Amino acid sequence: METLAQEIGIPETEYREMVKRLGREPNQVELFLFKVMWSEHCAYKNSRPLLKQLPKEGEAVLQGPGENAGVVRIGEGFAVAFKIESHNHPSAVEPFQGAATGVGGIIRDIMSMGARPIALLDSLRFGPPEDPRSRYLLKGVVSGIAHYGNAIGVPTVGGDLYFHEGYRENPLVNAMCLGLLREEHLRRSQASLGRPIYYAGAKTGRDGIGGAAFASRELAADKEEDRPAVQVGDPFLGKLLMEATLEAIEKDLVEGVQDMGAAGLTSSLSELAHKSGLGVELDLDRVPTRERDMGPIELLLSESQERMVLVPKEGKEKELEEIFKKWGLDCVPVARTIPERVFRVLYRGEVVAEVPTEALAEAPTYVRIGREDPEIQRLRETPLPPLTADPQEVLPRLLASPNLASREAVYERYDHQVGTRTALVPGKGDAAVLWIKGTHLAVAAKVDQNPRYSRLHPRLGAMHALAEACRNVSVVGARPLAYTDGLNLGSPETPEGYHELQETIAGLREASEALGVPVVSGNVSLYNESGGRRIPPTAMVGVVGVLDVRRRAEMGFRRPGEVIVLLGEEGGEFGGSEVLYLLAGLEAGHPPRLDLERERRVQEAIRELIALGLTRTAHDLAEGGFLVALAEMTFPYGLGATVEVRTPGLKALFGEAPSRILFTVAKEHLKEATFRLEELGLPYRVLGETGGQTLTVLTPEGVLEWRVQDLVEAWKKPLREVLDG
Amino acid sequence: MKWAIVRFPGSNCDEDARFALEKAGIKAEYVWHTETSLKGFDGVFLPGGFSYGDYLRAGALAAKSPVMEEVKRFAREGRWVLGVCNGFQVLTEAGILPGALLANLNLHFTCKEVGVRVERTDLPFTRLYQKGQVLRLPIAHAEGRYYADAETLARLEGEGLVVFRYAPLRGEADYNPNGSLNDIAGITNERGNVLGMMPHPERAVDEVLGGTDGLPLFLGLLEEVTA
Repeated sequence: METLAQEIGIPETEYREMVKRLGREPNQVELFLFKVMWSEHCAYKNSRPLLKQLPKEGEAVLQGPGENAGVVRIGEGFAVAFKIESHNHPSAVEPFQGAATGVGGIIRDIMSMGARPIALLDSLRFGPPEDPRSRYLLKGVVSGIAHYGNAIGVPTVGGDLYFHEGYRENPLVNAMCLGLLREEHLRRSQASLGRPIYYAGAKTGRDGIGGAAFASRELAADKEEDRPAVQVGDPFLGKLLMEATLEAIEKDLVEGVQDMGAAGLTSSLSELAHKSGLGVELDLDRVPTRERDMGPIELLLSESQERMVLVPKEGKEKELEEIFKKWGLDCVPVARTIPERVFRVLYRGEVVAEVPTEALAEAPTYVRIGREDPEIQRLRETPLPPLTADPQEVLPRLLASPNLASREAVYERYDHQVGTRTALVPGKGDAAVLWIKGTHLAVAAKVDQNPRYSRLHPRLGAMHALAEACRNVSVVGARPLAYTDGLNLGSPETPEGYHELQETIAGLREASEALGVPVVSGNVSLYNESGGRRIPPTAMVGVVGVLDVRRRAEMGFRRPGEVIVLLGEEGGEFGGSEVLYLLAGLEAGHPPRLDLERERRVQEAIRELIALGLTRTAHDLAEGGFLVALAEMTFPYGLGATVEVRTPGLKALFGEAPSRILFTVAKEHLKEATFRLEELGLPYRVLGETGGQTLTVLTPEGVLEWRVQDLVEAWKKPLREVLDG
Repeated sequence: MKWAIVRFPGSNCDEDARFALEKAGIKAEYVWHTETSLKGFDGVFLPGGFSYGDYLRAGALAAKSPVMEEVKRFAREGRWVLGVCNGFQVLTEAGILPGALLANLNLHFTCKEVGVRVERTDLPFTRLYQKGQVLRLPIAHAEGRYYADAETLARLEGEGLVVFRYAPLRGEADYNPNGSLNDIAGITNERGNVLGMMPHPERAVDEVLGGTDGLPLFLGLLEEVTA
């Protein structure tokens, strides 16, 4: 058996640990149970000790990390469940199905909490758009997300998309889902003793076998060989399963719910039992199958999609079966909870595996020694060349650069309105806003991360990610409640990779504490590297906030004659900036410093101005700096502006810095708004006013002017050519 | 006044349909597609979505559902039938309205706001609009290109059965989002009691959702009965 363990890639130390915990050698089936449950994807072996540092408490938190999703209270008895999850490795091999099943999987996680999925966001990273394979992956992923999300009827309302050399071999596809529930409908992965456990949904086939383990290693050069490990999604079955499951929860028929995701039946049942402090006996002969002669290992490890596990309340079994019958789905008892805390598997009447649930659930963890990659340090400390260029010509080029160009060609392919809750559609605001119908409540959501900052300074990059996602949510008028983190990094088995993991989590902790926003769920995807090249450490941070839907801000100028105010200071840095990359082809320097206390106060200030009704238009300054942000505000309604910048030089126009927001205010409210900012001790500058068809900027060096229409065209064209080409 | 909203497996705008009807003050109830009677209802709404996953052809399988016999009876007897998006596809597949909805010319799903011109205002659905008024309505479909043979098209135009046409909102030339013949976005039958349309009026019934141009369509239904 030890030889087999070696062959399937189980380290010798872990094999010895398995023998110790079992008190004997595992048999072949048991070995595979350990293999998948102790994979990095399922067990977080390298990240768990570090993740413990993150703040998880908050007054709004109903459910923190450890369940299928986190849950926060939003008021009036409503709560929101949310989580982000990666599907990087499958998407690199088969982008369409990889992305589609990523969406399906996160939707089932949200359903498992008793919530109706109401919104999806996607965080995507690809190699440069000039690279044909990166374009192929982008198109496949966008089609896959559209295929699944549109058909199941959950709107895709936002996300972020970056192109960066570091993702050429290892694209990232993370999907975040939000679900709405009444607090009393909150369900968890648990069961009481002696209860039957039902298998519901699609039949089991041989697809996706070993997917969890596949996701936990570096991609082989020949990716085609991995195709059989990619699952196939069916949004139609997914929709039926969602409606049936939610109907069962609404009718209060079930005590526990668990989705069947990575590592299939093995993971869902052994975890359900472990969390309930019980054991489980699974009879594989009762599992609905769509292929003949499936062996116990195949049945246990299959990652066939659109399957759930449900534990009916006592006496509600028949009613549960009836609901699934109506929706045309299998719903059969395949297991039951038992007092002995073991995962016992029967196949053709015989016990083929019996492992303590704790042994499966509590994989060994690793604490390693990290060391910064000297190459990264060198890049960060590189003195930057002076930048000289004509700003008149830089702005349209910057707007057309891959990371700043309009995402319209992408989000137009997603149904972003189904469900009639979307109060801010993509392109209209810095965060998506979803209305809780029948109330004045709404939730805002945004996912964010800047690969350049994170590559050059992993800790600061992670802090920026959380700060910016919170700022985006604040800028539409919402108070950030909590976040979910999708951590995507290289192998933790190298000192450089482990260092980046440590630093990323340390940065999240620091920002989380300072901004008072806890983590409630997340996902870790490691081993995103090929040929020794790691991706930039990528902490995709998804923030959810709550607001009064009547007091929300958009990013676009809507009324001429409003005063434009900059909250924050003119200026900015070139380290890690988009303009540095555009003009010098460099990704180097120190990313902008972040004063978290200032950040927190700036966010509070904009929320207050919006809540008081003093502004309805606000936008944060991010990549590309001041002029890009200003131009973006002219785009949604084609209304121009005239402003004056008093600081000379390119840094004032294109330099990047956090804690800055542009907003407009009606002339008669200007005094009140600026008085508030003075009271809060925050710097601001009155820049000019909205109006006309041009963007006109008076600088110490002269007047810059563009037709809004010309800028819009430059901004919209590049990605449309990539996607439609 | 009470409307039925038919839920096929895979319908996903059922909740939106209900929201819009109720917003207009019309009672609405979901009806499972296997029902064989729509007794007690004044109208029936076939909502958008992906009935049967759009397998075979969009709307083709739903058109064979048991409830469709009742929908046909409604159409025949002059009761209100409204099909939006996938619902319109089902109406053409069932032969209740002529023509077909083909794949968009851009060959992909498209979700955005479009201009929709009102061509007739003598129907309950459109009585509260002005003739020639251009509405801002969202579309969200992959197969919305209206197609009919030349003879059918001539009949539709000749009898004035085109109710809605895509039209520019701000003078844009590419206002037709899917390549529909004659810019057709919605049609009715000879009696004017059946309306099929690709744009989603039920998504534009509240300022919070970004527009209210769809609301008069539903309010018009109410006035018809109370008048």
